[in-house]
Amino acid sequence: MNRLAYVACLLPALAVLAMPAVAASSRSPAEKPNRIEIRNFMFTPKTLVVPVGARVEWINRDEEPHTVVSANGQFAPSKALDSNDSYAATFGKPGTYVYYCTVHPFMTGTVIVK
Amino acid sequence: MTNQHDDGNLDRRSFLKCMAWAGAGTLLMMKGGVLHARTLGADAGAEAKDTTFSFAQISDSHIGFHAAPNTDPASTLRAALAQVDALPVRPDFLLHTGDLTHLSRPDQFDTLAGLMQESRAGKGKVFYVPGEHDVIGDNGAEFFRHFGERQQPGGWYSFDHRGVHFVGLINVLGLKAGGLGFLGAEQLAWLKKDLAPLSAETPVLVFAHMPMWSLYPAWGWGTDDSLEAMGYLRRFGSVSVLNGHIHQIQQKVEGNITFYTARSTAYPQPAPGAGPAPGPLKSVTPDRLHSYLGIRGVHHVQGKDALAVTEEVMA
Repeated sequence: MNRLAYVACLLPALAVLAMPAVAASSRSPAEKPNRIEIRNFMFTPKTLVVPVGARVEWINRDEEPHTVVSANGQFAPSKALDSNDSYAATFGKPGTYVYYCTVHPFMTGTVIVK
Repeated sequence: MTNQHDDGNLDRRSFLKCMAWAGAGTLLMMKGGVLHARTLGADAGAEAKDTTFSFAQISDSHIGFHAAPNTDPASTLRAALAQVDALPVRPDFLLHTGDLTHLSRPDQFDTLAGLMQESRAGKGKVFYVPGEHDVIGDNGAEFFRHFGERQQPGGWYSFDHRGVHFVGLINVLGLKAGGLGFLGAEQLAWLKKDLAPLSAETPVLVFAHMPMWSLYPAWGWGTDDSLEAMGYLRRFGSVSVLNGHIHQIQQKVEGNITFYTARSTAYPQPAPGAGPAPGPLKSVTPDRLHSYLGIRGVHHVQGKDALAVTEEVMA
């Protein structure tokens, strides 16, 4: 099978796969997934820019517990997140939200809401 | 023992027996005011015989941790306590330098308390300070309810034991974004006042969870305002600082102040900067785990000017 034919064969499958993504992006910004991974004692991405009303989810991929706590109390703090636990917060107002892990305070991150 | 390890088929019972035989913590011997560090074992036991008193340190038991390389930190804490109980000279008391639990959950504190009650040393006098894992979400309310000394509203405390002044500090509360361990102005003011009446000849032993010197700040291994505390301690002829947190032995001498960090009874962490981040050394195999865990003992010899610190591993 040449390369063109191979790509052509894949096209219908790709179209099916793409549909949910298209549907998601047409929903309100609040439902668009914004995920921050916690891995190797770092928030990744360290800075996340989201629209007003976005729901941001953190998931802990370390064996160590971490927390997600606003540096100046701008949003509700998480409980201790064990391995693979997640936490979400919805950002209703524009602004810069600095947060950190209270267990390992050298871990900091920022959510910028525009 | 070595052969037992090498066969790779060590069952749980013989593994625990092996740890009990070999040791699981740190023995500290005060000899004339200077603390000597030793690995606990037959030699350390012999050294203990010419001391006036000794105590043992355990640390970082992380009850509730359930992943590689140790899915059962309760059993390794039990082994560490059995090792303290088996010391030829009975330590006067035990220090636990924090991270009793992994997630500050009430059931984890209950398990820790139950395990302590199983051992002679654990049933005796134990002095605790919290680690950052013991104060998650409640600023230590659950920790202080079970294990707090309640001498001061902030939870820090001091006591005198046979000529040595002991100070338990808390450097895991009120941590600031981007910061390290933290003592705070109130605790520092208390420390200054607490030390003021002591003569410079008094041996002082300070214990707290996080390292009280800049051991490896990139991984949070230090205390932001420890220099101020050291400023109050410098005039003393012999100061020993015992910490936990980093799950391995590190030592540093700075004038008359000697710093020690202890092994964990649960799992080791990488050497400073070895690898991308701190956290459990997952690659340690079960048959090697015990060689990374430990207890610490301290012996004090009246009239001499040193503390002897001994380290005892589980292997």
